[in-house]
Amino acid sequence: MTDALEFVIFATFALLAVAGGLTMIRLIRGPSLLDRVLALDLLSFIAVGLIVLVVIESGQSVLIDVALGVALVAFVATVAFAQFLEMEGRDE
Amino acid sequence: MSDFFTAFFLVVGALFLLLAALGVLRMPDLFTRLSAQTKAVALGSGSMFMAVLVHFDDVTTDTRAIAGIAFFLVTAPVAGHVIARAAYRLGLPLWEGTVIDEMAPHEERRKAAAAAGQASRDAEQASSTTEEPGGSP
Repeated sequence: MTDALEFVIFATFALLAVAGGLTMIRLIRGPSLLDRVLALDLLSFIAVGLIVLVVIESGQSVLIDVALGVALVAFVATVAFAQFLEMEGRDE
Repeated sequence: MSDFFTAFFLVVGALFLLLAALGVLRMPDLFTRLSAQTKAVALGSGSMFMAVLVHFDDVTTDTRAIAGIAFFLVTAPVAGHVIARAAYRLGLPLWEGTVIDEMAPHEERRKAAAAAGQASRDAEQASSTTEEPGGSP
């Protein structure tokens, strides 16, 4: 791995950290529960991005399964949460 | 050369995820936030996996990366749609600058049908309860 790629990985970590911070603001602010579900979904995909960075930096290609697992859980959780809120009929 | 493409896809993916976060933070209502989030997340995560695809040479990792990209492209719109439907049915407020709401007549009809079904069910229940004392002896 070259120094240039090292630097790009570092910069990408910083970008994703900023993205995670912005998403956290929306997660705390709401205003509705579905906004928080949306923010959580985005946060888990940012986590997938971070895992991909770790995969490339460490060269451990097996860890890609972790990213796939997180994405799968995030999708199922989002769908289940939204369906639950729709059935319950509440948005607070 | 492969490093260049890895770096390129990593930066593009991170920028798309940052764009999604910015959209989710700055957009005025839930539906516009969803619109910003679903597309940017699919492209951003897909681009991140594309970086894995070009960085590693072995077949098992590449297959997983391709499967991951396909998974993102399929699931992101589904998740967005489920959230949007729940939000619309719950009656979350639209942004005051919204120009068109094509769902409104459908939703009206659905609500009317649901109310009629509920009313007929109530009437059925009422008639069965009034009949019962006469029929039991």
